[in-house]
Amino acid sequence: MSNDASSRYYVREHHPENGTLLGFWIYLMSDCLVFACLFAAYAVLGRNYAAGATGAEIFDLPLVAVNTSLLLISSITFGFAMLEMQKKNQRTTLIWLAITGLLGAGFISLELKEFIHLILEGNGPNRSGFLTSFFSLVGTHGLHVTFGIVWLVTLMTQLSKHGFTAANRRRMMCLSMFWHFLDVVWIGVFTFVYLMGVLP
Amino acid sequence: MPDHFDLTQLIFGRLSLEAIPYHEPILIATFAGVALGGIGVLSLMTYFKLWGPLWRDWVTSIDHKKIGVMYIVLGLVMLLRGFADAVMMRAQQALSFGDSHGFLPPHHYDQVFTAHGVIMIFFVAMPLVTGLMNFVVPLQIGARDVAFPFLNNFSFWMTTFGAGLVMVSLFVGEFARTGWLAYPPLSGILASPDVGVDYYIWSLQIAGVGTLLSGINLIATIVKMRAPGMTMMKMPVFTWTSLCTNVLIVAAFPVLTAVLAMLSMDRTFGTNFFTADAGGDPMMYVNLIWVWGHPEVYILILPAFGVFSEVVSTFCSKRLFGYTSMVYATVVITILSYLVWLHHFFTMGSGASVNSFFGITTMIISIPTGAKIFNWLFTMYRGRIRFELPMMWTVSFMITFVIGGMTGVLLAVPPADFVLHNSLFLIAHFHNVIIGGVVFGMFAGINYWFPKAFGYKLDPFWGKCSFWLWSIGFWVAFTPLYVLGLMGVTRRLSHFDDPSLRIWFIIAACGAGLVALGIGSMLIQFVVSFINREKLRDTTGDPWNGRTLEWSTSSPPPVYNFAFTPKVYDNDTWADMKANGYKRPQSGFIDIHMPKNTAAGFIIAAFAAVVGFALIWHMYLIAVVGFIGMIAATIYHTFNYNRDFYIKADEVVRTEDARTRLLESLA
Repeated sequence: MSNDASSRYYVREHHPENGTLLGFWIYLMSDCLVFACLFAAYAVLGRNYAAGATGAEIFDLPLVAVNTSLLLISSITFGFAMLEMQKKNQRTTLIWLAITGLLGAGFISLELKEFIHLILEGNGPNRSGFLTSFFSLVGTHGLHVTFGIVWLVTLMTQLSKHGFTAANRRRMMCLSMFWHFLDVVWIGVFTFVYLMGVLP
Repeated sequence: MPDHFDLTQLIFGRLSLEAIPYHEPILIATFAGVALGGIGVLSLMTYFKLWGPLWRDWVTSIDHKKIGVMYIVLGLVMLLRGFADAVMMRAQQALSFGDSHGFLPPHHYDQVFTAHGVIMIFFVAMPLVTGLMNFVVPLQIGARDVAFPFLNNFSFWMTTFGAGLVMVSLFVGEFARTGWLAYPPLSGILASPDVGVDYYIWSLQIAGVGTLLSGINLIATIVKMRAPGMTMMKMPVFTWTSLCTNVLIVAAFPVLTAVLAMLSMDRTFGTNFFTADAGGDPMMYVNLIWVWGHPEVYILILPAFGVFSEVVSTFCSKRLFGYTSMVYATVVITILSYLVWLHHFFTMGSGASVNSFFGITTMIISIPTGAKIFNWLFTMYRGRIRFELPMMWTVSFMITFVIGGMTGVLLAVPPADFVLHNSLFLIAHFHNVIIGGVVFGMFAGINYWFPKAFGYKLDPFWGKCSFWLWSIGFWVAFTPLYVLGLMGVTRRLSHFDDPSLRIWFIIAACGAGLVALGIGSMLIQFVVSFINREKLRDTTGDPWNGRTLEWSTSSPPPVYNFAFTPKVYDNDTWADMKANGYKRPQSGFIDIHMPKNTAAGFIIAAFAAVVGFALIWHMYLIAVVGFIGMIAATIYHTFNYNRDFYIKADEVVRTEDARTRLLESLA
């Protein structure tokens, strides 16, 4: 081995790879564990009705089906926004993002409608172990979607201000992962809580 | 709900002057001391005009080295608080026999043991571990900073404000009286209606976010930012153990967040996660908290194992024995740590087969741990051992920890655990592994890397005093607890009737006194070293004849760590470079891309602390305002795109030339 400095040092500018996407993935996995705990709580408490209502009695499956479609379609529209970003069409990207946000807001309002209805009927979160774990799992997901919408609006402002800079493209990637992640979690909620919840 | 609009209620919640514990003389005296000391420090800082530098160079710094140092300062300050609690417990138990009831009423004593546990784990051990990892890992892998420098600063301030909330509970309101894991139903709203458990929940939630983010940060750093040529199996062992620890942090802390959130919902909204009625399940809390809690003890011990590996190899001047097996042992411990949580509550009554499963997995963990001990011993075998302070702590660790590990295997046997559960034997066991393992490891690490951080070694005389007082004091303090535990004495008692037990508690109190002297010696060691810093100066950057990359740069390292990124061909890169006649680059320096300091982390974390305090006291108006502030500050920060700058090549040249001259003057 030669003994000049370059054999031991990288004598040019050295830029390690950007770790944001990896870091965000790891964050998502940790968030997934929060949901795992809530799912576990639902698995333990989900049939403890304390002489109160059961899932079969209170779940309004058609409403939830609409709700689910809104969220799933919003994932597709976010995908369109990403495609438009690849083509560097700022205007269409923003339009697709706006549609995504509106679908998300629709999802949240339907969820709130369901919650308010349940609470007014006396089936609030402190009625039974089942309702506690139901409200906290579904509500935590809803909170995530709400934050996603706040983030979406922020990012739309930043996109229209600065365009597709490297930082903004990275942020779009992160928000996109976040949004699809919430979709995946919702599929779990829909199946495990609503569909299996109405089984006898 | 009050039927009229009550502004005072909305602003102050349940906080009133009643919350100030003026009827407790111990707290008033402590408060007076803290207030006087605080005023003294504040006025000295004003007098010497240190506020500006403190803000610019430390509070807003995103330099991983400074953040690492601040974590360690936080850990050491909180060690004094946690140890003060320990001394009060030892004194109370030595005094409170028969007609005497000691000086702490049960109400206060229960807060003391809870605060002791919470502080020692979350605000002493965790900051020390995170601080060492923060300081050392980027240097060991040849990086200029961590992957997300701003996030690092934010994590630190979240941890610090969490610690601040615990400290506030001393003088405003009270702390939990539930034990450090706050099991319901005791921690539920019926048994603990006061603010104690809320202080517990919110200080841990805030600090927990910091810990989780710093875990993500260090994983991304280790995975993405290693110097060219440093494959996974060429990473220094400390970096390996740090990686595994951070994986554990990311996989465990979300569970803590979730379970504490559930507990706070039970307390605030009357939900039924852990209530004994309406379909709640208190045992679910115990399961969930230990799914976090058991990995947590490995989060603490793995970096200590890493420190010992570096220390043993450096001070025996040879390559670590069994590097590969060391790495695999670390990974196996990481995985197994998720399969043992139930051994914390064998007595829950899960049945013989479940208990046997967890008993066996627990015993299996001692195999990789034993492999590590043998690796260290074989490294020492025929090494040229230099008994400097870090090596002394390592030897003391090996003796102490092995004994602690063996009592752990005893407790892993379910029938034995039924007898020893919740006894002082258990207390002695986990102090045996945590003090003998984590604390000694952190002290070894501090003595080892101090010259790298500050440019001078620590004074060996006072260091040795501290070493002997701790090592002996530990055994004097905890052997009696083993004995008492075997006699059936349970934990968390503030009064005893049987006078024959007293002698053991008096011996234990003497041990605590020795440890107190050990802590005192350590503080003196810091002061004496600072005074004699010219004599103890490390000009080479490599005071111990080290083997890994952090020793290849100057002490203290320049902000950019390495003017050029090193290339790696072998484990122990720096030893390889020294052995094969490397040449330090002295010209051709180029601009270096670095992140800018920012106050955002401090500000967002301060808002989080306001929200936490407001929620504890049900000050809902302030909680909402604080929360909006927190979100607004975060969004405002994301609008700042101007986050980096270049250190100009001529500044690098100046720094590196100064080092060249210094090294030549030594030659």
